[in-house]
Amino acid sequence: MLNIVNKSPLDRGSLDSCLQAADGGAILLIEDGVYGATKGSVGEAKIKSAAGKFKLYALAADAEARGIADRMMDGVTLVDYNGFVDLVAEHKTCQSWL
Amino acid sequence: MTIKKFMFVNRKAPYGTVYALESLEVVLIAAAFEQDVSLAFLDDGVYQLKKGHSTKGIEMKAFEKTYGALEDYDVTKLYVDEESLAARGLTADDLCIPVETMSRAALGKMIEEQDVVLSF
Amino acid sequence: MKFSILVSEGPYTHQASDSAYQFAKAVLAKGHEIFRIFFYHDGVNNATRLTTPPQDDRNIVSRWSKLAEEHKLDMVVCVAAAQRRGIVDEGEAKRNGKDATNLAPGFRISGLGQLVEAGIQSDRLVTFGD
Repeated sequence: MLNIVNKSPLDRGSLDSCLQAADGGAILLIEDGVYGATKGSVGEAKIKSAAGKFKLYALAADAEARGIADRMMDGVTLVDYNGFVDLVAEHKTCQSWL
Repeated sequence: MTIKKFMFVNRKAPYGTVYALESLEVVLIAAAFEQDVSLAFLDDGVYQLKKGHSTKGIEMKAFEKTYGALEDYDVTKLYVDEESLAARGLTADDLCIPVETMSRAALGKMIEEQDVVLSF
Repeated sequence: MKFSILVSEGPYTHQASDSAYQFAKAVLAKGHEIFRIFFYHDGVNNATRLTTPPQDDRNIVSRWSKLAEEHKLDMVVCVAAAQRRGIVDEGEAKRNGKDATNLAPGFRISGLGQLVEAGIQSDRLVTFGD
């Protein structure tokens, strides 16, 4: 399963819910979701506590737009929209945690 | 026709936004297409099932009855996250229809088995 | 691979429509097929041709129309959601006694069955919303 999260963890509970409920697979952070993987943020702590359960990706264009591409925590792979498409193709299903 | 497992993941409270109502409309259509439909309720989505909605004062259509009618469409797989209920001071007795409650992890496994996951 | 896309938010307020557009372009660029793009909830507002953004901003609606024309995309607006929000084509105007239409080129208005069908017929269905 590819889990897509598009909200900051300080605004909504979607990252929390995804980390708690989703049965592994990958998480792709897009839009405001990219704030969740910034170094030193509560999102980083949450993601680290689910360590190893998920592969973590963030959409580069969204991180760059927000000036945080150089602040991504370790273990996050930045992908472009082509990479986004590949992630969807590689996983049997995807869920947007809206 | 191909039958796929459609899971509708409901995470939003009713009335404050339209998603719960319009999600239910898709559920009914998917059932009419004879798909293998199930519904998951977690986070504020569990408020959709709280019994006793009375929407006269806000002049919006109460759609609580529609959940009760799901059975007529052979939609009987309704799963509710017990942690979300507990976090809101609710139990299964507060809900307008009988559901199966389960842990978040169990619900996650259920979602994992689907062909199509729709969340609104 | 066959993709479908669900857009659940209108243009400009949420990034959902922009993300969906960039994603759709990448899907096509990678040689995949798009079976359908379905617009639901406020997403139906992506289909009004009366949109006039400032010149230095992107025109989300005409961008969708252009993509549909170039790639022969099937872009469907949910009829019930469109009626609620005032997105009207000629058929709908006639049926509901409206004095104008506003559906942009490349879009068509149809039922929710088209979304369910997209889920059945496609290998992947990706939702962009709030």
